Amino acid sequence: MKVLVAVKRVIDYNVKIRVKPDHSDVDLTNVKMAMNPFCEIAVEEAVRLKEKGIATEVVAVTIGPKAAQEQLRTALALGADRAIHVETDERVESLGAAKALARLVEEEQPGLVILGKQAIDTDNNQTGQMLAALTGLPQGTFASEIKVEGEKLQVTREVDGGLQTVELSLPAIVTADLRLNEPRYAKLPDIMKAKKKPLDVKTPADLGIEVASKVKLLKVEPPAERKGGVKVGSVDELIDKLKNEAKVL
Amino acid sequence: MSILVLAEHHDGALAGATAHVVAAAQAIGGDIDILVAGEGVGAIAEAAAKLDGVSRVRVADHAAYAHLLAEPTAALIAELAGDYTHLLACASTTGKNVLPRVAALKDVGQISEIISVESPDTFKRPIYAGNAIATVQSEDALKVITVRATGFDAVGEGGSAAIEAVDFVADNAQSTFVKEELAKSDRPELGAAKVVISGGRGMGSGENFTLLDGIADKLGAAIGASRAAVDAGFVPNDMQVGQTGKIVAPELYIAVGISGAIQHLAGMKDSKVIVAINKDEEAPIFQVADYGLVADLFQALPELEEKL
Ligand SMILES: Cc1cc2nc3c(=O)[nH]c(=O)nc-3n(C[C@H](O)[C@H](O)[C@H](O)COP(=O)(O)OP(=O)(O)OC[C@H]3O[C@@H](n4cnc5c(N)ncnc54)[C@H](O)[C@@H]3O)c2cc1C
Ligand SMILES: Nc1ncnc2c1ncn2[C@@H]1O[C@H](COP(=O)(O)O)[C@@H](O)[C@H]1O
Repeated sequence: MKVLVAVKRVIDYNVKIRVKPDHSDVDLTNVKMAMNPFCEIAVEEAVRLKEKGIATEVVAVTIGPKAAQEQLRTALALGADRAIHVETDERVESLGAAKALARLVEEEQPGLVILGKQAIDTDNNQTGQMLAALTGLPQGTFASEIKVEGEKLQVTREVDGGLQTVELSLPAIVTADLRLNEPRYAKLPDIMKAKKKPLDVKTPADLGIEVASKVKLLKVEPPAERKGGVKVGSVDELIDKLKNEAKVL
Repeated sequence: MSILVLAEHHDGALAGATAHVVAAAQAIGGDIDILVAGEGVGAIAEAAAKLDGVSRVRVADHAAYAHLLAEPTAALIAELAGDYTHLLACASTTGKNVLPRVAALKDVGQISEIISVESPDTFKRPIYAGNAIATVQSEDALKVITVRATGFDAVGEGGSAAIEAVDFVADNAQSTFVKEELAKSDRPELGAAKVVISGGRGMGSGENFTLLDGIADKLGAAIGASRAAVDAGFVPNDMQVGQTGKIVAPELYIAVGISGAIQHLAGMKDSKVIVAINKDEEAPIFQVADYGLVADLFQALPELEEKL
């Protein structure tokens, strides 16, 4: 079974973001970029399926600017066999990404596609579900465990009330939640080897799609700042403040 | 304008979040219908019909919609979508699972987790874990939107909408429900509680979470947790507050043994009053806390419980 994994280049999750002074967007100049943490989990899961002999080939895909090839090389270093870069400088929203991925699913015919549940820049949480709709495949979102059983896939999902398990026919689309696995770090020799692994570059036009979004970004502002308050010296003082100052008790 | 709101429900009852989503629909303006999908949902439909501002409750009561699996539920909503300019759902795990699938079936984008309505096509939503607020405008004919419940005050319950059955039954040979392990608790729901007390890695173990119980009992609070506490296996995943867990905005949020990573703050910094109890006076949580107590939680919690 071939497994396709979608990886997105985003700001490193440790970086404190800055909004541009003209409020047009978040400022990404000279900011550390990385693979979306949920995509690392998606890659790890695909690589583990290969190590278990269930997956035969792992193909990593990204849609984005030239620089996003860095994240594809990371995926290759982590164990993906080859990579596909759909290159564009447009602002790609989830629907555009899902359209590109849907075309690649048609071309590559994977048995399973794994994505992150959410990109930590837009916090959209949409692409996997959209890809499932566009390909007509079933979806197992927010997965904390997956098990391939013959032609079926069991997915344990993190839902608001606890955990839900569903069974999907394959091929299927899965989105990874935080507890699906703990991703490994790439080792230096693997990073070197990754440089020689195949990386195909295509454009949205090659795929016959457009990625531009009809959801326009009008303005980006910093959130209302929360001012830190005071330190209290004791439990008594805390209770007093909550009763008499904040009036929440 | 005409708006369809997907009702959120659990254990045979309409979830409180639905009244917040209807409030967002009212802010957009126009006719508001609610769709109640599920199996054996008659009582839920009746509860939905009481929400203020709703003209019609459409009920798809069929085994196909039990557990609201994404494939049939999205097919159902897409089938009804032609009657509407806006489709809304709560940004719950159900809404997040189903609505993007509907959007793609209709070839439109989705706007996730709005916190305000600027106009019928323009909305505000947090991005980058709430460290920036984006104003976005949809040029799609059909707007598909999930709503962050804490962004809108619930509508009242003085309505009496008409209830109508929907006959459409979606085929689904692709997915089946296997089982559910849901947390049972007598405490209020995290998203709806007036007071939330959360424990982090500093709690040290699952047993130590019982230190929060007595306080939660006295305050009628829900109990939450940081991701580190969930990952360490102290408590189940449904208790996680944050960017990728639950979003809460209670009157009072008490963070105990939580450092205050941005991903945690994303889920609670809109709380009215924040209290932090942490033994490290440099912990970033103190930068957002209204009242910070630098103390060892193993001493502070029993004292707090006793004195409340
Ligand atoms: C993509 C992504 C998504 C994430 N999503 C979330 C999310 O939704 N929610 C979330 O919470 N995190 C999330 N995280 C994790 C987040 O980055 C932090 O790792 C996590 O919040 C830390 O949890 P913590 O504060 O409990 O643990 P720590 O950072 O380890 O802090 C423990 C605190 O306890 C204090 N402490 C220890 N012992 C005591 C004592 N005896 N008395 C008093 N204080 C004590 C310490 O001083 C310390 O400040 C996410 C991370 C990533 C990468
Ligand atoms: N531009 C992109 N390129 C590759 N994968 C993407 C892209 N955008 C989203 N994805 C995938 O979809 C997941 C969820 O993203 P989103 O729905 O945008 O929050 C990510 O974790 C990726 O796996």
